Amino acid sequence: MQVPAHVEYEKAASVEHALELLARFGPEARILAGGHSLIPMMKLRLAQPETLVDINGLDELSYLSVVNGSVANGGAPGGELRIGALTRHAQLLDSAIAGELFAILHDAERVIADPIVRNWGTIGGSLCQADPSEDLSATFAALKATLVIRGQQGTRTVPARDFHTAPYETVVAPGEILTEIRIAIRGTHGGQKARGDSKARGERIGSAYEKVGRRVGDWPVGAAGAALWLRGDTIVEAGIGLSAVGARHFAAAEAEEFLRGAAATPEAFARAGEIAAQHCNPSADQRGPADYKRHLARELTIRALRRAKLRAEARPAA
Amino acid sequence: MQITVTVNGAVYKREVEPRLLLIHFLRDDLRLTGSHWGCDTSNCGACVVWLDDTPVKSCTVLAAMADGHRVRTVEDLERGGRLDPVQEGFAQCHGLQCGFCTPGMMMTARWLLDHHPDPSPEKIREAISGQICRCTGYENIVRSIVWASKHAGWGQPDGEGGTEVTA
Repeated sequence: MQVPAHVEYEKAASVEHALELLARFGPEARILAGGHSLIPMMKLRLAQPETLVDINGLDELSYLSVVNGSVANGGAPGGELRIGALTRHAQLLDSAIAGELFAILHDAERVIADPIVRNWGTIGGSLCQADPSEDLSATFAALKATLVIRGQQGTRTVPARDFHTAPYETVVAPGEILTEIRIAIRGTHGGQKARGDSKARGERIGSAYEKVGRRVGDWPVGAAGAALWLRGDTIVEAGIGLSAVGARHFAAAEAEEFLRGAAATPEAFARAGEIAAQHCNPSADQRGPADYKRHLARELTIRALRRAKLRAEARPAA
Repeated sequence: MQITVTVNGAVYKREVEPRLLLIHFLRDDLRLTGSHWGCDTSNCGACVVWLDDTPVKSCTVLAAMADGHRVRTVEDLERGGRLDPVQEGFAQCHGLQCGFCTPGMMMTARWLLDHHPDPSPEKIREAISGQICRCTGYENIVRSIVWASKHAGWGQPDGEGGTEVTA
């Protein structure tokens, strides 16, 4: 029987209140969101917080919204998709607008744990758990998302790629809360012609996530996400996220650099896969040997790029 | 700490330790032993109950998190001595053998049918993919849920069937 150690419990009534509670109880207090990472860790006594600050009642942290962009045209350039940190996985998977803008979000959510776990586990909780095999970390790295962190001193934003400092460690300091994830909308996401951002006019975005796991609901043996912004056949911008293969910042920056400005061809994708595999650093564990994981980094990068391109091409030209 | 939880429509006030898991609160404090405590690692789904209107794995939720909320367990499926179509479906289609996974399976099935009254077998398989059955090979569980979807009025006063529960 697995039972957490003794712990104190406080229920936060607002983000402000949660910050007050964190300040009062100090570094041994932990935020309790869905609890689907923290409670298992507490059962195994790998985590032994003195106080839990339950934020499940904070509806202000549970939302999906498109700002400065129109939902009708699939999100106009210059806008942002904003996801509250307490949003449950199932809510992101159920969001038609999120899937329309960034198909990678639905690809990834579909293979995170199982439907029941996704009902209660949260987006912010997954990121803050910072498991090196976490799927959304690679997804948000591919999308070059920005994370919003609040403390009593104020709010700061951090690129998703600067969020993780080590396995299970993030830049969120004691006394701070991750509150929001923002993904910039640029180029055409379908529907009508791009408006506003003239630089991005004519761009089409496609994104995809590819994961290999040992069984349904498991952590990945290896996984790759890709986002491509194309003008015609030219790659204007590329984002590649990698999970479970020891990639720095969950990203394949060198492969992205290679793709930027290149034509979106199978040869370019194959080379990008090679580069991504060279620059990651997988370690052998019960999920597989290092060379197999490196193989997955290459192959899944290629597949994600291929699918991202098909999705970009399926959008109407601007 | 004191918590107040509405379980199957009844309000319970109890003194609990914050570390108490919801499954143990239900089984040990309230003696509602229909929900099963299985793997303890949020894998098997034998402990699935509804928290408010959402199926959750109650081995990975603290009883404290249910404070001020509603919980629905398998005990609430049968109403007024009449089985829920899901329960009747499991009986009709031999959807259980040892029965250990059954309460969780049925709570997920009830939720699925409330939201998708006519699910495909694929949709059913996806819905129960976070729950493990070591007896049936799932085939009869899927058939049971399909049966329930085809007999949505089962057990209602003006519907078909309506087997009285005798126990």
